[in-house]
Amino acid sequence: MRYILVVIGLLWPMLINAQAWEDQQLFKGENPVQTLRVLSSTDTGFFSPIIQSFLAANPDWNVEYLVTGTADISAILQQSPQSYDVVISSAMDLQVKLVNDGFALKLPSISHPDWAQWRQSLFAFTSEPATIVVNRSAFRGKSIPANRQELIRALREAPEVFDGKLGTYDVRSSGVGYLFATQDARASETFWRLMEVMGGLKLRLYCCSGDMIDHVASGELLVAYNVLGSYAAARQLQDDRFEIILPSDFPTTMMRTGFVSKETKHPVAAERFVRHLVDGRYFATGLNTSSLPQLGLYPEGRNPTVIPLEPALMTYLDKLKRRTFIQEWSNAVIQ
Amino acid sequence: MTETVNVSGSLRRRLTLTLIGGAAVLAVVLFAVVRLYAAQIAQQGQDSILSASVTSMLDAAVLRDGAVVVDFPYAALSMLSTTSDDRVFYAILQDQTLLSGYKHLSPPNGSFPTTGTFMAETPDGALIRVASDSRTLVGADTRTVITVFVAQTQEALQVTLNDISRRVALFGAGFFCLSALLSFWASASTITPIRRLTSSIARRGPQDLSPVASPVPSEMVSLVESLNRLMGRLDKALSQSEEFIAEAAHRVRTPLATVRSHAEAMLHRVDRDENRKALRAMVRAIDESSRAAGQLLDHAMITFRTDHLEREELNLTDLLQELVQRLTPVAEMKDISLLVENTEPVLVSADAILLQNAIRNLIDNALKYSPMESEITIRVSASPTPTIEIWDQGAGFPPDQIANLSSRFSRGDNAKGIIGSGLGLAIAQDVAEAHGGALKLSNLPGGGACVTFSL
Repeated sequence: MRYILVVIGLLWPMLINAQAWEDQQLFKGENPVQTLRVLSSTDTGFFSPIIQSFLAANPDWNVEYLVTGTADISAILQQSPQSYDVVISSAMDLQVKLVNDGFALKLPSISHPDWAQWRQSLFAFTSEPATIVVNRSAFRGKSIPANRQELIRALREAPEVFDGKLGTYDVRSSGVGYLFATQDARASETFWRLMEVMGGLKLRLYCCSGDMIDHVASGELLVAYNVLGSYAAARQLQDDRFEIILPSDFPTTMMRTGFVSKETKHPVAAERFVRHLVDGRYFATGLNTSSLPQLGLYPEGRNPTVIPLEPALMTYLDKLKRRTFIQEWSNAVIQ
Repeated sequence: MTETVNVSGSLRRRLTLTLIGGAAVLAVVLFAVVRLYAAQIAQQGQDSILSASVTSMLDAAVLRDGAVVVDFPYAALSMLSTTSDDRVFYAILQDQTLLSGYKHLSPPNGSFPTTGTFMAETPDGALIRVASDSRTLVGADTRTVITVFVAQTQEALQVTLNDISRRVALFGAGFFCLSALLSFWASASTITPIRRLTSSIARRGPQDLSPVASPVPSEMVSLVESLNRLMGRLDKALSQSEEFIAEAAHRVRTPLATVRSHAEAMLHRVDRDENRKALRAMVRAIDESSRAAGQLLDHAMITFRTDHLEREELNLTDLLQELVQRLTPVAEMKDISLLVENTEPVLVSADAILLQNAIRNLIDNALKYSPMESEITIRVSASPTPTIEIWDQGAGFPPDQIANLSSRFSRGDNAKGIIGSGLGLAIAQDVAEAHGGALKLSNLPGGGACVTFSL
């Protein structure tokens, strides 16, 4: 028994280091002295312009950018909160829960609209709608559906065309997929009908938006539901074989948020990084060819379709609620 | 006769300070009470929202196929959103075992009450308000108790309370300032009757010892009564002493006249020079005493009469002519001529006896201090006020004593060797003042004294 414990003790640091990152990249500053560790769910490609402009302004830093799935971020941070300085994720609910549970540092000096921050700790810096991505060839000669109702009708009219060629997030493994699904379910019963229809046509489940877009572009999928609009739009710049639909019935818009870990070793630099995210000046530079959409600043303030940053986001994270929701979702999708 | 009065504090200041102090205490009490009350109300507000959240969670609890399902609504936590983004915690327990939610809300010993609201602390030290409630679910063959805790930090509550405190503090300060102003006003108006009494007594003439007649507040009645009694006693004592002096002078004068006539008779009978010299000195001393007694009598009479003036219409010129006529024999003894310059009638309303007395004293004085073979000029004029001027050709008043000469028993340095009591000018001044006029002493540029008696 003691032997096993010793082995575990020896291997533990390696296990942490051996964390299976989706991507891991070190951005070097000009005269780096220290390294800021950023834990993120955003693909490196989208984020590198932001990091580059940060490093241009702060040449004495390196930024180590660590990418993992939204659902894993909570667990990784809770396991070793002192190892990460900034945490960025598109799963607003998980981020709110981490802040609520006291993992975030308060940054009182950052001024940000009330609806785009929570507890002066969690700051939103993009607003990205959930979209439906369709392959053009599937709707040749037909009108492209503008909302979920029309999509349901289209699927019902030609089930043989779409059979096995539909995709969406696997809400069991993707944090942002779960967020989109729960918010859709809150908004309308249409979501459940769509899931049932899609489930009947051998719906394929994905972990990430990137894969779904790839498959729609290649024709392997004809329709992907709840794809991150930002990724799709970036992709469309090089590849126009697919169409991006912003559902007209009820759009769901997510805000990408970031906070500074409470146990960060570099609070000043981490705050500077978040300030850099929030002030959005990098959007104005020429670096944003494939960057993230800026936080929509509506004249009346908040974008009305944006999911509000509030503690109620934790509702569907509840163990019992999640079990119930996934049960229902599975019943609808997996037939 | 100004003696310093011992001063100990000030009524006005004491009143003001008491009122301001009272206002300060009231303002602080007001602040404390309102703040306490506001805290209770704010806490009640938070408690009721927490309880509503607990209720909506408990309502969602059902037994499905023997398992507890709590599909609580989004609103259960959404209703806890605050402007200060308060942190929210909850726990759902089945028979004391944590089903879902935060561990720190279900302590192992079950020390939290399962109904009601209470304060607690999160593991990282934040103060939270917790609401809890339980419900029994009854299934086909099971009974199970579901307990729900919902908790929230108190940051928004604190912001509200601070806001209220600030407002109440401002309100209290305003209340205090207003009260302070009112205190100044109240103490000033309370002190006014005392001021009024003081100034009415200070404004009185030296002879006025009548009781205070104007109305005073009830608190001052006994003071004013004592004051009136004191003044009454003083008045009585003064008039008694005047009477005493008059009586004494009268009693002295009559025997003196007898002694004088005896002495004069004796003077005719003795031949030896030293005896005649002694007798002459005696007669002279008797004359001086008699004159002093006479003037004391005059003064006492005048003091009495000035309090009860008996005015009548009279011609000042006539009065003067009469006096001059009466005094001419005396003047002729020194070869002095008395000239009255004006013969026009000057009508005045005055006390004839007092006027006669005063002017006789003045002419007497002029006669006494004039050298032999000189002139005394008397001028009567009607405007601007009825005035009598008496000029002589004597040495004039000593310039450094001119201001004090008209007080009682005061005599100039040049009066040595001249019979006099020092009451003449005092009597004339008292009479002039009793009629609302004045007595002015001056020296003529070419030598000689001038007395101006105006009514």
